[in-house]
Amino acid sequence: MPEPKTAPNIANAESLKKMYADMLLIRRFEERAGQLYGMGLIGGFCHLYIGQEAVVVGMQAATKPEDQVITAYRDHGHMLACGMDPKGVMAELTGRSGGYSHGKGGSMHMFSSDKKFYGGHGIVGAQVPLGTGLAFANRYRGNQGVSLTYFGDGASNQGQVYEAFNMAELWKLPVVYIIENNQYAMGTSVARSSALQDFSKRGVSFNIPGVQVDGMDVEAVEAAGKEALAYCRSGKGPIILEMKTYRYRGHSMSDPAKYRTREEVDQVRETRDPIEHFGKKLIQRGVATEADLKMVDNEIKQTVIASAEFATTSLEPGPAELYTDIVI
Amino acid sequence: MSTQILMPALSPTMEEGKLARWLVKEGDTVKSGTILAEIETDKATMEFEAVDEGRIGKILVPEGSEGVKVNSPIATLLADGEDASSAAAPSAKPEAPKPEAAAPASAAPSAPKFEIASDPSLPPGTEMVMTTVRDALRDAMAEEMRRDELVFLMGEEVAEYQGAYKISQGLLQEFGARRVIDTPITEHGFAGLGVGAAFDGLKPIVEFMTWNFAMQAMDQIINSAAKTRYMSGGQMSCPIVFRGPNGAASRVAAQHSQDYSSWYASVPGLKVIAPYFAADAKGLLKAAIRDPNPIIFLENEIVYGRSFEVPKIDDFVLPIGKARVVKRGKDVTLVSYSIAVGLALEAAEKLAADGIECEVIDLRTLRPLDMETVIASVKKTNRIVTVEQCWPVCSIGTEVSAQVVAQAFDYLDAPPGKVTGKDVPMPYAANLEKLALPTVDDVITAVKSVCYRS
Ligand SMILES: Cc1ncc(C[n+]2csc(CCOP(=O)(O)OP(=O)(O)O)c2C)c(N)n1
Ligand SMILES: [Mg+2]
Repeated sequence: MPEPKTAPNIANAESLKKMYADMLLIRRFEERAGQLYGMGLIGGFCHLYIGQEAVVVGMQAATKPEDQVITAYRDHGHMLACGMDPKGVMAELTGRSGGYSHGKGGSMHMFSSDKKFYGGHGIVGAQVPLGTGLAFANRYRGNQGVSLTYFGDGASNQGQVYEAFNMAELWKLPVVYIIENNQYAMGTSVARSSALQDFSKRGVSFNIPGVQVDGMDVEAVEAAGKEALAYCRSGKGPIILEMKTYRYRGHSMSDPAKYRTREEVDQVRETRDPIEHFGKKLIQRGVATEADLKMVDNEIKQTVIASAEFATTSLEPGPAELYTDIVI
Repeated sequence: MSTQILMPALSPTMEEGKLARWLVKEGDTVKSGTILAEIETDKATMEFEAVDEGRIGKILVPEGSEGVKVNSPIATLLADGEDASSAAAPSAKPEAPKPEAAAPASAAPSAPKFEIASDPSLPPGTEMVMTTVRDALRDAMAEEMRRDELVFLMGEEVAEYQGAYKISQGLLQEFGARRVIDTPITEHGFAGLGVGAAFDGLKPIVEFMTWNFAMQAMDQIINSAAKTRYMSGGQMSCPIVFRGPNGAASRVAAQHSQDYSSWYASVPGLKVIAPYFAADAKGLLKAAIRDPNPIIFLENEIVYGRSFEVPKIDDFVLPIGKARVVKRGKDVTLVSYSIAVGLALEAAEKLAADGIECEVIDLRTLRPLDMETVIASVKKTNRIVTVEQCWPVCSIGTEVSAQVVAQAFDYLDAPPGKVTGKDVPMPYAANLEKLALPTVDDVITAVKSVCYRS
C-alpha cells in the first residue's frame, strides 16, 4: 500500500500523536508490570489498567497544569498520564528506593506533589471525598484549578460518594467526577450490584449533571473532558462523566476471572480497543503512517525496558526508612 | 535471538504450579495480549498472556505438567525471521534474579512439627482429620446454616465468586442466593443492614473481605451492634457475627495490612475471637454463630492455607472465652493469639534446645480475656512474654501484662516481656515489611531477656 511520505498538515496532528503515544506507553508499561509480577519482582496487589487507557489520556489532554488528579489503586495509568517518570513508578512497584514513595507505598500508593497527583488509594471510594476536598481547596484559594476525581463502578455504591456529591453541589466545588465504568468490581458485574446502572445519573438527586462517554474513544473523552472542565472552571459546580470502558486483565494479578467469558474479553479487544482503533484512525486520516506508529512503539518499548531495568537494579530502601515519614 | 518464556507467579506466595493447557502451539505467531497457556495453582486456574511479540519456537514443558517451578523456562519465543532450530539452544538469557521479595517470611504454610497439648474438652480417642483453616471455617458456616434456617451469609464476593479468599466455597451452591448474598461495595450499609436484621432475630454472618474495610462500617459495629443490648435495658439482642481476615497479608502495604485485635477488644458489648488452629476456627465460629451477642471473628489470610488436626465430631463447638495451653513448660509463659501462636511455638521449640521450656498459651478469645489460665501459668513459671502481630501501643499484650502485674506481681521474677509488630504503618518493600513484623528471633530474644540469659 503506497503511503504518503509525510503526513499532510493537520492542525492537531501532534496532540493526536501524543495521545496515541501516551496510551501506548500505559499499555506497554502495564504489560511489563504484569511480567515483572510473574517473575516475583512485584508483590501484593497489582491492578493493571490495560483496556482503559483512553479514559485517563483523553482527560489529561483536556486539563491545565493547575488541575489535580486523584484515583484509587488502579493508578499506574493515571500517574504516567500525569507525566510522572515511568522509572519511578516501576521502581515503586518493585519496592525499591528509587520509587516515588521510596518503596513504602507500592502499586496502590504513589503520589507526586510536583505533578499534582494525589494518589493512589486502596480503600474503595475513599478518594471521592478527598478529591472533593482538593476542589474545596481550589475554591478557598480562589484559583482556577479543577479536581479530577476518578473512581470505579463498584466504588460508586459507597455511601461517602454521595455525602461528597451533596457538599460539592451545595458549595459549587470545581470537581469532575470521572466514573470509570469497566463493568466489573472484582467479580461482580454492574448489573449484580447497582440498582441504577446509568452512572451518569448518579448525581440527579443532588442536581449534578452527568454525561455518558465512550471511554474507549480517546477523542470523545477529550472532548467531554474539555466541556466538563470548562463547566467547573466557570463556577457552576461539580459534574459527572461516566466513562464506558473495559478492563482486559483480571481485577488484580491473582484473579482467575471466571465471572466472564474469554469471548467477552476478546470481543471488546477486537472491536473497541482504544489504541488499535485510534492508531487506524490516525493512519486513515493521514496523521501518521504505519511506520510512524511502529517507531512510536519501538521508542516506548525502550522507555519501558529502561524503567524495568531501573526498577530491578534500584536498591531496596535502607532499614532506617522503616521509621521515617510517620510524623514530623 | 530467541528468548525464553518463563513460568509466571500468579500470586506472591506461589512457588510452583501446573501447566494445565497450552493455547498456542509451536510456530504460532503471538503478540502482547495473546493468551499462551492456562496455569493452575491450588486456588485457581489462570490465563497467562504474552508480553512480547514473536513466534513460539519450542514448547519446553508439555501441558498437564505438575509442579512447574516459577521462573523456569516453559517455551522459547523467536523474533521475526528466526527459525526454530536456533531456538533449540536458546541464548542464555540470565534467569530473572529472584529477589527476597519472592519469598515473604510469613508465607510458608507449615504446621509446627512437635506435639501440641490437646484441648482438654475433647473426649479421649477422638479421630482427627487434617484440615485447612479455610475449610474449617467453611465447614463451621455450612453446619450452622444446615442447623438453623435463620443463619445467612452476606458480604462482597461471598456467593458467585466463592469468596475473595475462598472461605465460602460451595455455600451458594448448597444454600442458594437467599442465604448466601453478594453485596455491593457498601460496608457501612450492609453492616448496618445486618445489625438491623439481627435486631429482628435473624443471625447474620457478615463477611468483610478484609477487616481493613470494616473501618468503613465502624460506626454500625460499635454504636449499633455493641451498645444496643445495654441501651435497651436488655430488651434488644444483636446475634451477629462479623468475620474476615485480619492482620498483615503479604506485600499489600499500609492500608491493607493492619491488626485490629485491640481495637475491638476494648469495646464492651462485643465478644472478640482470634483463633490460630483449624479446630479452634471451627469450634469457635460455630459457637459465635449461636451466641446471642455481636461477635468479632478475626481470621488471618496467611493462616487460611495452613493445615491442622480437626476432631471428627458431629457437632464440635468450643466455649468462647477460654484460652488453651497448647504446650506445657515450666520456665516461662508465652501468651499469644492468631498467627503469632505459630511464632511462639516455633520459638518454644528452638528455646527447648537451649534448655528453656516455654508454656505456650493461645488466648483464642480476646474479649472476654481468660486471665485465669494466664495467671495460673505465670504462678508456675514466674515469667511472661506476650507475642502478637499488632502495634505495641495499647496492644492485647499490654493489657495482659498489666493484669498479670496487678494480679500476680509477687510471682514475677522479671518484668513482663512483649513482642509485637513495629510501631509503624506497614511498608510495601519486601525488606521493610520483614522488619516491621515480629519474628521468631524477636520472641527468643524476649524470652532470654526475661530469663536473664543471653
Ligand atoms: C472499602 C473497601 N472495600 C472493599 C475493597 C476490596 N476491593 C478492592 S477493589 C474492589 C472492586 C472495586 O471495583 P471498581 O470500583 O469498579 O473499580 P475497578 O477495580 O473496576 O477499577 C474491591 C471490592 C476495598 N479495597 N475497599
Ligand atoms: Mg469496575
